[in-house]
Amino acid sequence: MIEIHRLSKSFGDQQVLHDISATFHPGKVNFIIGRSGSGKSVMTKCTVGLLEPDQGHVSYDGRDFTAMDRMGRKAVRQEIGMLFQGSALFDSMTVEENVIFPLRMFADHSEAEMRDRAAFCLERVELPHAAVKYPSELSGGMQKRVGIARAIAMNPKYLFCDEPNSGLDPQTSIVIDNLIGDLTAEFNMTTVVVSHDMNSVMEASDFIHFVHQGQIAWHGPSDDLLHAEHPELEAFIFASKLMKKVRSNPRPKP
Amino acid sequence: MGLFFHIGRYASFLRSVLRRPEKASVFRRLLAEEMAAIGLQSLGIVALLSVFMGAVICIQTAHQIGGWIPVYTIGFTVRQTMILEFSPTLIPVILAGKVGSNIASQLGTMRVTEQIDALEIMGVNSAGHLVLPKMLAALICIPFLVILSMGLGIGAGAWVAVSAGLSSMADFEYGMRIDFNAFDVTYALLKTCVFALIISSVSAYHGYHTSGGALEVGRSSTKAVVYAVVIVMIANLLLTQMLLG
Repeated sequence: MIEIHRLSKSFGDQQVLHDISATFHPGKVNFIIGRSGSGKSVMTKCTVGLLEPDQGHVSYDGRDFTAMDRMGRKAVRQEIGMLFQGSALFDSMTVEENVIFPLRMFADHSEAEMRDRAAFCLERVELPHAAVKYPSELSGGMQKRVGIARAIAMNPKYLFCDEPNSGLDPQTSIVIDNLIGDLTAEFNMTTVVVSHDMNSVMEASDFIHFVHQGQIAWHGPSDDLLHAEHPELEAFIFASKLMKKVRSNPRPKP
Repeated sequence: MGLFFHIGRYASFLRSVLRRPEKASVFRRLLAEEMAAIGLQSLGIVALLSVFMGAVICIQTAHQIGGWIPVYTIGFTVRQTMILEFSPTLIPVILAGKVGSNIASQLGTMRVTEQIDALEIMGVNSAGHLVLPKMLAALICIPFLVILSMGLGIGAGAWVAVSAGLSSMADFEYGMRIDFNAFDVTYALLKTCVFALIISSVSAYHGYHTSGGALEVGRSSTKAVVYAVVIVMIANLLLTQMLLG
């Protein structure tokens, strides 16, 4: 479980996060949704330690990450996998080398064991034949899947996905969403997905945190999302014509 | 942003860079790759420039002398120019353009495509992992390139002097040996080592702290070369005063 407690973050005079708190549940896909500029990416970067919060703390299964020294954080980070918006694959390495990289840095495996693990991860994301290719030779969706394979290489307890569907067509997006959902259940990870893609939210989320103006304006299980009575959330969810049609013919609440 | 901000951030950056590498085997492999990129891939340009500079210095000196100035001055001037200034200062300045811009653009691209963030998330000290092999490779390779430059420049000067009939080989050799002070070579290599560290670390600093997109990567690359050259020139003056003054 990842807990964020009263997190605040400012850049100069602009306060981006205001005393924000949230809990991300293990074995579930937890979505952070919100409009562009609402603070969801800053919240995620503060959670994983890429940004230092001005106040508040983040804990991973009861371990206070914000209070840890460099070595303590390093140990926690080895339990974190992250899929970046642009995949962030190392372009000088082959796909297989990308997946092996975290193992090479931190695991005491033999070369054969590392290659076996990379093969397993690539098989799991259905890219067993891409091992010898370079990231530039892959499509956007394939790069995302390699990013997921690299993220799960160390068997992480926590998976963060930053806009996993940006730049992908709807069908490929569903493949990525399903993959994230399946892997979360399979590895019992605490998965946090940052997105503003409502298709993805409807497809893959278990729990949702809606960020508005640097605060959690609404949170709850995904089944409650369409029935939530919050004007900003409603405006966000039903911005598109498709979602307006969904509202006019809603599924019955279970 | 102010000068003191950059000095402070540069010091903090160097502290991260100089931490112990995560894994020795990975570090050795990266070091070998960087030595190939910085050393081997610079051999051609260093050799070409040194040969032409040695030849030009020889012809210019021959053009200046006459009357009471002895012919062996050609060998003496070629030696002193190559050892004291051209090889240890101008070769690093040229490498600041070639190697420095390469380091800055590589790290800048890694920053804007979130590859550096990916390293940090994995628990890797990104500054140390990416920059320390480059600094060490520069520290090892650039002095070798400078020694090569000295040899090639003096050799080219001798060849031009003899083949163009500007001096006999005996006169050139005499000029090369006269008043030779071995400390000049030590001084040249000392300052080369300092310049190698400046070029690699200043370029890496600018690349590592890039933010934005492709345009900013280009700007970082330009800034890296400009700042590296300016700092090398200032360091050259200070070191020369300290060691020879």
